[in-house]
Amino acid sequence: MAIAITRHRRRRSAADRGSRAAYGFVGGYAVLLVLFGLVPLGYALWMSVTNHKGQLVGLGNFVRVFDDYRFLGAFAHVAIFLVEWLLTLMVLVVALALMLHARLRRTARVVRFLYYLPGAFAGAASVLLWLILLDPVASPVGPLLRAFGWQTLNQVIAPENLPPIFMVIAFWTGAGSWIVIMYGALNGIPDEIIEAAKIDGANTFQIATRIQIPMLRRWIAYMLILAFAGGTQLFVEPQLVSTASGGQVSDAWSPNQLAYQFAFAAADVNGAAAISVYLLVISLGCAALVVFKARLFDKD
Amino acid sequence: MNLDKVPSAPRVRRGRAALIALIGATTLVAAGCADAAPPSAEPAAAPSAFTPVAQQEDSGIVVWVDATRQAAADAYKAAHPKAKIEVVSYSGGAGGSTDLQTKIQLFDRTGEGWPDVAWPGIQDPSWATTGKTPFAAPISDLIPKETLDQYAAGAHDLCTVDGKVYCLRNDLAQNVLWYNKKLMDEFGYQVPTTWEEWAELGLKVAKEHPGYLVGEVGSAGSVNTYFWGSRCPMSSVTDDKQLSVNLHDPKCTRMATMLDELLAKGVLGKVSKFDTGFVKDQSSKLLMMPGSSWFGKVVFEAAYKTPAGQIAAAAPLKFKDDDKAYTGAGGGGMWFVSSHSKNLKASLDFVQWVTQNPQYTAKAGTYPAYKPAAVGWLTALQSSGYFANDIAPVLTSAADNIWTGWKQSTAFSQEKIYGEKILPAITAGKTITSQLDDWQKEIENKAKSLGYTVKN
Repeated sequence: MAIAITRHRRRRSAADRGSRAAYGFVGGYAVLLVLFGLVPLGYALWMSVTNHKGQLVGLGNFVRVFDDYRFLGAFAHVAIFLVEWLLTLMVLVVALALMLHARLRRTARVVRFLYYLPGAFAGAASVLLWLILLDPVASPVGPLLRAFGWQTLNQVIAPENLPPIFMVIAFWTGAGSWIVIMYGALNGIPDEIIEAAKIDGANTFQIATRIQIPMLRRWIAYMLILAFAGGTQLFVEPQLVSTASGGQVSDAWSPNQLAYQFAFAAADVNGAAAISVYLLVISLGCAALVVFKARLFDKD
Repeated sequence: MNLDKVPSAPRVRRGRAALIALIGATTLVAAGCADAAPPSAEPAAAPSAFTPVAQQEDSGIVVWVDATRQAAADAYKAAHPKAKIEVVSYSGGAGGSTDLQTKIQLFDRTGEGWPDVAWPGIQDPSWATTGKTPFAAPISDLIPKETLDQYAAGAHDLCTVDGKVYCLRNDLAQNVLWYNKKLMDEFGYQVPTTWEEWAELGLKVAKEHPGYLVGEVGSAGSVNTYFWGSRCPMSSVTDDKQLSVNLHDPKCTRMATMLDELLAKGVLGKVSKFDTGFVKDQSSKLLMMPGSSWFGKVVFEAAYKTPAGQIAAAAPLKFKDDDKAYTGAGGGGMWFVSSHSKNLKASLDFVQWVTQNPQYTAKAGTYPAYKPAAVGWLTALQSSGYFANDIAPVLTSAADNIWTGWKQSTAFSQEKIYGEKILPAITAGKTITSQLDDWQKEIENKAKSLGYTVKN
């Protein structure tokens, strides 16, 4: 009896210490979340329903920015970009991680590092690099661009080419870290399961589609949510290409740029806030959809 | 304790919280009776009389310059080793960016941080000269009229509001016809004096010397050369915050048709004159190029490295039916002194020195707006021996021919719209004429989005 109590106490105090540490970790994050996430969010929500004199205007700003001639175009651009990007990201990241895991175990460390490398460039610097890569005259891959029939930078950055261009840039900068994460997730799948499958006669393809990908479900969902949230906020790529091309890309190509135009060209921060709330609602809606579909928060 | 009931408590609480949030949101929306109109929709407040902030003689000044004007700041510092001056480099509104406006608006919100002197973009007077306390200080209240009169006629029009001058003009970018005298002589061509002759010669070049060019329409700034030079009423400001747009005016269509014809024959550059490929492959094939006064030094000498003794300037082209030649201007900058400056004396000294100092301005890249400085600039340019003819008379007379009907200081950039709408069309092989409707629509939309009323 006495032993049981001591054990119980000991277990409890260990649990207390554990939860205290957990609160410590979560607390630090929570403070930052409140300061840089929730407070600005509340401020944006407040600004989106008021005018520049601070009076409440209901949904007036939302109607007004929706009627803007650039609104639908900007959202359409980003929608096309997102479809292309998320598909590429999902297919290629998973495929590359699987290949890395299955075939290239010995060289995996080097290859992982190479995949990760472009992501180490700061966002703007990598876009500047791409401006050179995309110019058929200056680019090291000039012959490839010319094979597409593009002789000048103007032809490369024609309006219909922009979503795939931004997709390639985003993939190049962002996919590496996801491959590393997926590789880690693949390592988390117990070897016994894979071996059992092999004994049952499953080939590599079957192991990938029947075991590994289903077990990566949550990681893929997690990647989709973060990539979607990041992708809807596309800003640096179109902004820099626009500046560098003498304005051939609209300065309101993406919704985030449009919000910037509202805030700083028209001095209309309330309209800008309304656009950011639109983006928030869309991102939250899609994230919720993915969370429920992939049962991200379910316990096994 | 019935364990089954445990989860329901948070659910009730969550339900209640959601209800409260919903009621709150509904109240907020229902309360919305005020007008959602943005600040730009309101008539501009008349500026109150300028009263400087408390001055501090020993206070240092902060100067914002673009990359090109860094040299001006450096020269000032070298000439004034004791001056307390901090130079900050920024985009300077290149490519129609709104960096200065963005930053000043943030400083207006926080109530501090304004630079004392700034090199703005060409669109910036539209906001910097208006409002209750315009960012730009009225220079005409601060320096003698005799000094201002020494600047080229009309140089300050773009920043003059109700008779007050809010900027100090740095340079002019009047257009002339640049040509390669060596090539023209070799081919046996006469230098054209009218746009019609120029176009005719262009068609001849296409036949006799394919690959050679008579101009460039592939940079955003070329809209200033061709359509401003043609006096196209692209956005005529008729009243405060009201303008008219008419791209189907004969003065626009005459230029559009002329350019379309030449584009079809391949004698106009379709990419920017600074494009890597253009500099590498096509710059040596430029027979002629209508363009700004700074092209000679900046484009031909510095960027293309065309050897000395080849490039010459002729008077700006005129239309046969016009009474005289009118030119556009590809740039031409100015300086703002901040109305928030704690040391107006030092700030004014800076802007006057960089626009007037004979030693410095003689070496500047662009044509000085200060008339005595322009004389020195031209002398220095001519004595460099780079040009194949005496370009001074041509540039001096062109300076008086800039058409003032093209209101530069609208809140939006015509270059930006041309870049976004017309350049991709040219790249895709479409005619400019076929884009006039779209172009017109874009200008109108842009103007309206910034609070202008469009009345055609």
